[in-house]
Amino acid sequence: MMTIDASGMHYKDLNRTIREGILRGVKKFFLENVNGQYYIGDGIKGDDVIININGVPGNDLGAFMDGPTIIVNNNAQDNIGNTMNAGKIVVKGDAGDVVGYGMRGGRIYILGNAGYRVGIHMKGYNEQLPVLIIGGKVGSFFAEYMAGGIIVLLGLNGEDYSAGDYFASGMHGGVIYIRKKGNFAKYSKEVELYESGDKDIDFLKKYFMEFAESFNLSLEEILKEPFYKIVPSSARPYGHLYTSM
Amino acid sequence: MNKSGFSNIQSEYLAIIDHTKCVRCKRCIQNCGWGTYSFGGDKILAEHEKCVACGRCYTYCPEGAISIVKNPTVIRENNNWKEAHIKTIWKQSETGGIIISGMGTTLKYKKYFDHILLDACQVTNPSIDPLREPMELKTYLGKKPSKLDIDLNGAGEATLKTKISPQIELQTPFVFGAMSYGSISLNAQKAIALAARALGTVMNTGEGGLHDDLVPFGKNIIVQVASGRFGVHRDYLNSGIAVEIKIGQGAKPGIGGHLPGEKIGVDISKTRMIPVGTDAISPAPHHDIYSIEDLRQLIFAIKEATNYEKPVSVKIAAVHNIAAIVSGVVRAGADIVYIDGYTGGTGAAPNIIKDHVGIPIELALAQVDQRLRDEGIRNEASLIAAGSIRSSADAVKAFALGADAVAIGTAALVAMGCHVCGKCNTGNCSWGITTQRPELARRLDPEVYGERLYNLISAWGHEIQEVLGAMGVNSIESLRGSRERLRGVELTDAELNVLGIKHAGL
Amino acid sequence: MLKLKNKFSVERDISGCGLFGVINTKRVRFDGSGIKKAITVEHDRGNGLGGGFAVYGNYPEYSDLYAFHIMYDNLSAKNDVDEYLKNNFIIEKSEPIPTSKKTVIKDHPYLFRYFMRPKSDRQDKLFRDLDDDDFVVQSVMTINQNYDGAYVFSSGKNMGAFKGVGYPEDIADFFMLDEVMGYMWTAHNRFPTNTPGWWGGAHPFTLLDWSIVHNGEISSYGINKRYLEMFKYNLALKTDTEVITYILDLLIRKHGLPVEIATLVLAPPFYQAIDRMEPGKRELLTALRQIYGSAVLNGPFAIVFGFSGGMVAMNDRIKLRPLVAATMGDFTYVGSEEAAIKSICPSPDMVWSPEAGAPVIARFEELERHKRGMVNL
Repeated sequence: MMTIDASGMHYKDLNRTIREGILRGVKKFFLENVNGQYYIGDGIKGDDVIININGVPGNDLGAFMDGPTIIVNNNAQDNIGNTMNAGKIVVKGDAGDVVGYGMRGGRIYILGNAGYRVGIHMKGYNEQLPVLIIGGKVGSFFAEYMAGGIIVLLGLNGEDYSAGDYFASGMHGGVIYIRKKGNFAKYSKEVELYESGDKDIDFLKKYFMEFAESFNLSLEEILKEPFYKIVPSSARPYGHLYTSM
Repeated sequence: MNKSGFSNIQSEYLAIIDHTKCVRCKRCIQNCGWGTYSFGGDKILAEHEKCVACGRCYTYCPEGAISIVKNPTVIRENNNWKEAHIKTIWKQSETGGIIISGMGTTLKYKKYFDHILLDACQVTNPSIDPLREPMELKTYLGKKPSKLDIDLNGAGEATLKTKISPQIELQTPFVFGAMSYGSISLNAQKAIALAARALGTVMNTGEGGLHDDLVPFGKNIIVQVASGRFGVHRDYLNSGIAVEIKIGQGAKPGIGGHLPGEKIGVDISKTRMIPVGTDAISPAPHHDIYSIEDLRQLIFAIKEATNYEKPVSVKIAAVHNIAAIVSGVVRAGADIVYIDGYTGGTGAAPNIIKDHVGIPIELALAQVDQRLRDEGIRNEASLIAAGSIRSSADAVKAFALGADAVAIGTAALVAMGCHVCGKCNTGNCSWGITTQRPELARRLDPEVYGERLYNLISAWGHEIQEVLGAMGVNSIESLRGSRERLRGVELTDAELNVLGIKHAGL
Repeated sequence: MLKLKNKFSVERDISGCGLFGVINTKRVRFDGSGIKKAITVEHDRGNGLGGGFAVYGNYPEYSDLYAFHIMYDNLSAKNDVDEYLKNNFIIEKSEPIPTSKKTVIKDHPYLFRYFMRPKSDRQDKLFRDLDDDDFVVQSVMTINQNYDGAYVFSSGKNMGAFKGVGYPEDIADFFMLDEVMGYMWTAHNRFPTNTPGWWGGAHPFTLLDWSIVHNGEISSYGINKRYLEMFKYNLALKTDTEVITYILDLLIRKHGLPVEIATLVLAPPFYQAIDRMEPGKRELLTALRQIYGSAVLNGPFAIVFGFSGGMVAMNDRIKLRPLVAATMGDFTYVGSEEAAIKSICPSPDMVWSPEAGAPVIARFEELERHKRGMVNL
């Protein structure tokens, strides 16, 4: 276990300390007084490494991360889980813009809201299945170009609208689950909306349990409303747009 | 939508078979990736409209029985309404689609390299014989300090005190430009990798990830991170000698990548982690870069993920305000800036972009190099120039204008048999280069074409040594940025001014 | 009209040449008759369009002052420059440089010398906060660039350049160097190849305590110039010698590199040699090439440069220009031809031809205490 007082620390020093700690075999890190340091957990490995953050971590939290768990006890900024490959990021507050960009594995759980351009170009293949669950709502340009993985929008705050405009444009893979149906007209032309079946809920349950546990919620609370499922209507949404001479 | 199925567009080429020579061996049928040929019972038949003049059939016809000729049937000549305009309108009225194609623009723009002449020594300073004397081409890419600090110990031994940022050591100032697995076949990538290793230079993955077969070539590979983030993860970033962030490409500044679904088979789907048959579209922007400080953020996200051991290159397309942009990119922390001119190649891009967006590499490079010098930061990053380097002469001129290295893409493909037919987007490349069809890709033998690439770059290296010798210098760093060795012909004052060179005779 | 500045070639002025240098490392002074004799042996290496000398130790009574030698086309140019100098320097003494009227040099500019120190409250706003050396450099560049008809050709301490259009022996007579005493001398006989001779273009080229005489044409001039411009040097003269001087100024004075290291920048070993070196040295030499590639002098050259610590002679890394060195007691001689050395030192202790790129460095002995700062290579 290693406790690091991050007050006044430059991100380079903070992250080097973490990397060196991991090399020495440290499994649990407690970062205190974090305030805006970029790149925490960037490119680190180790499935049993846990980083607990008090304070607001800076951008690119867990970028390129490959296994460890990061728990943020406050809000977090932009670019969480950028191109992340494996591991888990839990944010017990709100997240900024561009969560899970190019995410290709692992889980990101946000208790509160997330900003604009969330889940863009998430991708997956076989066992590589990124999962992003947002407790609150998200801004516009959500799940653009989504190519794989799972995104769940819970809308726990009770508002009917849990997403902004230009929803899932260019989606060509993966599945989005939403608990508020909202106005389907705002979803992109490239997707179809279905009611979720028991198989879907069974599949999602383990993630929901983990989500609930992370934030001291009850599974029942999450499952008390029906879910809708959004899938791409074509693997090639823009196929018709181009032609060759 | 084309409800009638009828097209105005007639075949561009005719595949003419001399049946008196043809022995009906059917090699043309096997070799054509376009399905032009079929066997009609007693003779070979050709569907002319499928022919793209890729040259594969006549190269492999043992009897020399095939000629590919331009269709003599004319569309009435008109210097305003050119054939291309008319055909494009027909095509678009039939399909409603954006026209895409492969390779660089085919339009006739002024090529500045062709208006620049080189200097040579006479009497007052001597030329050097490149055959007998060393001629150094070794090049290091990466951030350099502006000065060195030296430590002296009591015995007067000097040691280096300055810690130098990681550098890429190149034995030749040519690198291979980014061409992804997906846009080109794995065999084509392997040929390039073999050549890069033998030459002591680097290739570039493009944005298609790194196939397992290429992992052993890591020291000769720059791995690319583009907006689609295909194949990008921690180990990928650490598997090459450097990481490149692709912002733009000369053939298509301002728009993202486009790998048509025809080329996404199971293996590509796996390395890119996208569904089979989908279009692999990289968004135009990186969604984590909406301003220059965000570029810095991504550069350092990559440096953190690679423990500051890899130079980070940023590839951008040459656009109007290129000098200021590169200055910003350098100040954002890029160790290398790769500038791609508007005639650069591509696997697929909309013609509207390819033919009309961007500026020539010669002008961009000249302005960038000067701007970085004016700001006193030229040492902060190396410059790679690209965008149809067609010969060693183009390369020499680029070096004298200020490039540290040049990148070649199309020239490498031509060495592998490419006839620049521009149909890379279709995935039917008969040469096995820009295709993922196994029966086509298989025919490209990496060893054979790796050697041809090696030969090409070796020959170009020797040609550069000839030029260096004629100029009386024995190392490329004495040519690099030496615009005094260039003169312009048929250029206006404005053009000369932008290039920073004098007119011939002065 | 006399030519102080290069108005002929829009780009650059190049020349072939003969060189000579001699130093007494114990700082025993001797007059200029010997070096005049030696450079005369190399008469045929020049064509009468430029000759010159640099002498160190010639102004002992003003050794802490900057000695400016300035040539003027006309006296109104002198008035303008005097005004600038008065505003920025404390002028301890100014006078015409003594010349002889009895020589073949008839057509010459007005020649003056000034012994000065920069004012602490100098008028020039732009360069007010520079240290004295840098301010002197800026002043020299300002005068040479902005004052028509004026050219500073020497600006160091306890040293001076004496040069002009003519054969060096005539220039020596003109400046009466037989009567000038110094402990280190360099000389140059010029053969301009693409411009007529001009007074400012004669060698040695000097800046502060640097003096350079040079033979050959630098084929890397284009990039050397652009490299220096990045460090705000103004290449006004367009000569190779100017470029070499500024590179040395940058490397040694500004970047603080030891002289030996600086010579390795000018004429670096080939990579194949570097790759054979032991790791520490290989790392250093590789770094020098990586960082200072644009400062490499490529093409044929032999140079002799004097500085306050001594004299360095070297040629290019494939030895395209001749250089011979000799020692005799406390004297070290270097020249383009051995015969020149033998003319004034018939039986030296040792004569040798330095290897390509290997510098001959002769330092004044009282600098012994700095020997710890010397580099073994």
